[in-house]
Amino acid sequence: MKARVHVTLKNGVLDPQGAAVAHSLGALGFDGVNDVRQGKVIELDLAETDKAAAEASVKQMCEKLLANTVIENYSVEIL
Amino acid sequence: MRAAVIQFPGSNCDRDMAVALANVAGGAKNVSMVWHKDADLPKGLDVIGIPGGFSFGDYLRCGAIAARSPIMNAVVDFANKGGYVFGLCNGFQILTESGLLPGALMRNAGLKYICKDVELRVETTASPFTSRYTVGEVVTVPVAHHDGNYSADAETLERLVGDDRVAFRYTKNPNGSVDDIAGILSANKRVLGMMPHPERRADAQLGGTDGVRFFEGIADALVSA
Repeated sequence: MKARVHVTLKNGVLDPQGAAVAHSLGALGFDGVNDVRQGKVIELDLAETDKAAAEASVKQMCEKLLANTVIENYSVEIL
Repeated sequence: MRAAVIQFPGSNCDRDMAVALANVAGGAKNVSMVWHKDADLPKGLDVIGIPGGFSFGDYLRCGAIAARSPIMNAVVDFANKGGYVFGLCNGFQILTESGLLPGALMRNAGLKYICKDVELRVETTASPFTSRYTVGEVVTVPVAHHDGNYSADAETLERLVGDDRVAFRYTKNPNGSVDDIAGILSANKRVLGMMPHPERRADAQLGGTDGVRFFEGIADALVSA
């Protein structure tokens, strides 16, 4: 079973990398990009076959390591 | 005084830190180097230093993997029992990732790696690490980091400022840190994290001695304790 985790910065946390990407897009002529937020995608290949158990387990992984919940949000997708 | 320096794969300020500690601890025999895979700390320890560097290649987030190393459980226990712990640069990142200090260190606002001397204003003397300085004194210490942009929510910030837990501020903010914060303390003032490197200004032959009192203050606290 595969899982995909999206880690994004919380609202209100400044994202200097996203701001640099937005600036660069503007320089390339892409107008109308109001804001860019950069995050991470983490794909996991799991031995677990039960969807609910997999999701619970990946959430724990997020809390303990994959995301820093001081500044980041995460979402878990079981594929 | 007995000190330990924790070594992770990618630590690169560990030996500088050990030398600075040995100078105030009565020699190198009183400073242990402890490998991250060890589960236990040496017995009779007074203070633990978490060194700078790029532990685990800064993978995932700076300090994230190191903070989950086996030895860090023992370090967290030690701190929770009132032990003295300090983290410099990557060490500060590891201490925030381990939950011993609040907030997080993010990518520098200018996105560039910064390696230069900066001026720090001492904000409190109510900690062993800052007791030999005076409040408002400006010292020169180098920074060398890509992710030193200290971030904390408004509530945490209010608590840090209100409880006299800001140890140092930059006089000219190099990295976008909230409220110019360069270093902070735990609630009991026995755990400190800072991005600048006092261990690199702890010998006149290495360019300055403004960092010496940081280490002398630790020794004072342990002698009087």
